[in-house]
Amino acid sequence: MQGLKMVLNMIDLTTLEGKDTPGKVKQMCYKAQHLHDAYTGLPTVAAVCVYPSMVGVARKELKGNIVKIASVSTAFPSGQAPMSVKLEDTRFAVSEGADEIDMVISRGKFLAGEYNFVFDEIAAIKEACGKARLKVILETGELSTLDNVRRASDIAIHAGADFIKTSTGKIQPAATMQVTYTMLMAIRDHYDRTGIMIGMKPAGGISTSKLALHNLVMVKEVLGNQWLSNEWFRFGASSLANDVLMQIMKTETGLYQSPDYFSMD
Amino acid sequence: MAKKTTKKSNETGWEYAPSLESIGHIDLKESYDLFIDGKWVKPSSGKYFETINPANEKVLAKVAHANEEDVDRAVKAARKAYDTVWSKMPASERAKYIFRIARLMQERARELSVIETLDAGKSIRESRDIDVPLACNHFFYYAGWADKLEYAFPIRDFEPLGVAGQIIPWNFPLLMAAWKIAPALAAGNTVVLKPAETTPLTALKLAEIIELSGLPPGVVNIVTGFGDTGAAIVEHPEVNKVAFTGSTAVGKHIQRAVAGTDKKVTLELGGKSSNIIFEDAPIDQAVEGIVNGIFFNQGHVCCAGSRLFVQESVADLVVRKLKQRMDSLYVGDPLDKNTDIGAINSKEQLEVINKYIKIGIEEGAEMYQPNCEIPSKGYFCKPTLFSNVAQSNVIAQEEIFGPVLTIQTFRTVDEVIQKANNSPYGLAAGVWTDKGSRIFNLTSKLRAGVVWANTYNKFDPASPFGGYKESGFGREGGLHGLRAYVKLK
Amino acid sequence: MTRLQVLKTYKIFIGGQFPRTESGRYYSLKGKDDFDIANVCLSSRKDARNAVVAARKAFGSWSERSAFNRGQIVYRIAEMLEGRRSQFIEELQLMGLTAANAAKEVDATVDRIVYYAGWCDKYQQIVSSVNPVASSHFNFSVAEPTGVVGIVAPEESPLLGLVSLLIPAIAGGNTVVLVASEKYPLSAVTLAEVIHSSDVPGGVINIITGTADELVSPLVSHLDVNAMTSAGLSKEMASAMQVQAADNVKRVFNYPAMDWSKASSQGLSMIEDLQEIKTTWHPIENIGGATSSY
Repeated sequence: MQGLKMVLNMIDLTTLEGKDTPGKVKQMCYKAQHLHDAYTGLPTVAAVCVYPSMVGVARKELKGNIVKIASVSTAFPSGQAPMSVKLEDTRFAVSEGADEIDMVISRGKFLAGEYNFVFDEIAAIKEACGKARLKVILETGELSTLDNVRRASDIAIHAGADFIKTSTGKIQPAATMQVTYTMLMAIRDHYDRTGIMIGMKPAGGISTSKLALHNLVMVKEVLGNQWLSNEWFRFGASSLANDVLMQIMKTETGLYQSPDYFSMD
Repeated sequence: MAKKTTKKSNETGWEYAPSLESIGHIDLKESYDLFIDGKWVKPSSGKYFETINPANEKVLAKVAHANEEDVDRAVKAARKAYDTVWSKMPASERAKYIFRIARLMQERARELSVIETLDAGKSIRESRDIDVPLACNHFFYYAGWADKLEYAFPIRDFEPLGVAGQIIPWNFPLLMAAWKIAPALAAGNTVVLKPAETTPLTALKLAEIIELSGLPPGVVNIVTGFGDTGAAIVEHPEVNKVAFTGSTAVGKHIQRAVAGTDKKVTLELGGKSSNIIFEDAPIDQAVEGIVNGIFFNQGHVCCAGSRLFVQESVADLVVRKLKQRMDSLYVGDPLDKNTDIGAINSKEQLEVINKYIKIGIEEGAEMYQPNCEIPSKGYFCKPTLFSNVAQSNVIAQEEIFGPVLTIQTFRTVDEVIQKANNSPYGLAAGVWTDKGSRIFNLTSKLRAGVVWANTYNKFDPASPFGGYKESGFGREGGLHGLRAYVKLK
Repeated sequence: MTRLQVLKTYKIFIGGQFPRTESGRYYSLKGKDDFDIANVCLSSRKDARNAVVAARKAFGSWSERSAFNRGQIVYRIAEMLEGRRSQFIEELQLMGLTAANAAKEVDATVDRIVYYAGWCDKYQQIVSSVNPVASSHFNFSVAEPTGVVGIVAPEESPLLGLVSLLIPAIAGGNTVVLVASEKYPLSAVTLAEVIHSSDVPGGVINIITGTADELVSPLVSHLDVNAMTSAGLSKEMASAMQVQAADNVKRVFNYPAMDWSKASSQGLSMIEDLQEIKTTWHPIENIGGATSSY
């Protein structure tokens, strides 16, 4: 139960669709704060995650709220845009009120071995973020090997990432256990060397409580208890919250639940 | 208070003069006993309760409170009537009794309408044009089935169930009595019926009509009272069938109470029905449909279209037109023929509605109520609209049973189907679009027992009514409504 | 040297796959003289839950298939079962039936499936209606499947009994979680193999083995199960079921124990009980008519 509530509180409730509208985002922002009002004592999610154009809407809905606003950026999800566009994309999101920026790395350049380019890009975006925390999406599904995942993690960390994140959610495979484990190891090694904590965000494909708990166990075992808060660990997910809510209500009532009883926003 | 100008006083011109329905011709007694075995008998406890007019809080009459002993007498009378008379009578004769009841009701339609309005708070136009005619028609419709049941269940062995215990709600007192009694009698059962405690009068007037019709004693028994009276009916071992219309909570209780017995049960329970407006809908008609969907009968309708879904591209337009239309609704004396929205049925219900309005405000939804005046005495509630609502809002999930509408917006067909079905209830739904193929897509995918396409809140004796999921099971009305009252072998 | 026989592992059937029970438990099915026939999965409530999830997932597309297509698939089950007639007869004998009774049981089962295959695209015409309402509306009522149905296989007629409850449910477009009889699990599992090879989409039929005491309660109390059917349950069990079913106003049908070999044990009612009636209204254009048309 404690684990399940922790999962809820670590979710970045996400909508990243071409068809996103203010209406959709407003409704999701409400859900972020009111996961299941029929049951009291539930936390909110950690953040909502939206496109830059929707940050302003979310800011208005979440004014003064503990739920943070994360914005994807840098021509998400492909990252195929000139640097100037990526910087502008990021500055816009921050100026609209984003607390966190989820950028994508240039996978093409990375696979071509242009690691310096990738490093410099991340560093430049970090600067553009100002106070906003930076999550760097490696899009591991396109990196093809765990060696690459590790290398990309190290680059991102050294270039100034506050969080490293597996995936955009647009490419399969996304947040597999092996990939997350590899990235956690990179975070651990960095911490061992420098004492600096980096956050982790698996995203895409974690839609059940069981998988989420597996991830939390992995974090606890690899990084330790100090990572077990939404300051340092997030789930990027759109349908995970309701599954966790169903498990919580199952624990409470003894009855297996139906999705009919949990709001979809 | 010079600054505070109401809309009404701003308007130059014409206020409609009240057009009150006369109450001179109605015959109400000071006190009503129980109608058991064809006779009016005093409750064994000697206890009576008052039923009031919710529009002015004045007492209309005193009504007997039946206890377990009284219910037992009623069930025994029904059992005896079933065994000795009703099950032996030729079906064509049964039919004629039911036809006769329908006719007697039609003859007294005006009196029934006025009493319904007095006791329930609903507007006289509604009682007169909808409730009472539909109730009469229901008897008329089922009367004809009585001697044609072999066509309803061809090549199948069937028989009546025996004694039907029926418990009805306060929102459509006479109509619900008709929905329950008519098919039960047509299929050859006898009846013990309990009307709701806040609206017993038209059922008692129906008892007078039944008495007048010469229906054999005990075939229909009407016992008034509270939840304990209903529980006594449900739990009585000689009741073969329980038919209940009311809240889902009580419905679940009944389902548990009959566990382990052979009683057949039909339940018509709560709802949180969606009313879906697409961008290509005939918007003005849709706005009328929305108003009718939620404000009809003060929103005291289990199938009320209380969750409005509007496609984003027309949301502003629909909301603007809806507000305009709400401004022209007349809330007031139910007896006034100008009145659109009458009185809330009871103080308790008004408190429930106000509680939800408060929740809506606290949830941060935007509330709109027209700037109309409501009477100072009696229980009234302005038509209320909440916009900027998400599926996660409590007011969009729980049944309010009052004139309170929530608006959500949507983008795509799939999205709105998912959200409409994302509810434990499944009673009704409305769809507004000009596109035929889309209508059928929605009507087949919405998990609800009644779907109104380009219309809302229509009822007819020939049309089956009832819900999916937690909105209950079994159908009332039409051919399908008969099945609830026979045993198929 | 005689050849060593290859024995079959009896597994459960969830979502079109044959997993072992997640609990890892088993029970030994004993034959005559107490010899072990097979180890059978002693499924847990979590298996029941997984089966419900699979059934729910399959419901949308199964219920939306054309009635004709459902009929073809159900008929295909009969064909495949006929083809494995001798295997079923052997298994039924293992579980104690005489050769003659086993053959009768299998033949009657095939015939029953064919009977319901034919119903798939006909019951709608019998139970639907166009209703002559008094206003200017076109009004019709159609049957739609109730949803996910939990079935407790009867303890008599090891194959025919369960098929008699199972097939009308899926013929009507529902998806099913079936708890096999504790005494006769083998034919249920082998039936799953037949179903698996019969074009029945994964998740439409899910079969778990174990004890009714352990498996029925999680199904009846599951809020995502819409209906339960069974036959000849004890009064206590039927009563307990009805109480738990109320949590989500579940439809519960506990039929009396019957002789499944008789034609009277099949019929439209078995399909109809697992249908919901939906009534649709639409205005009919009526320009100049006295009634308002919206």
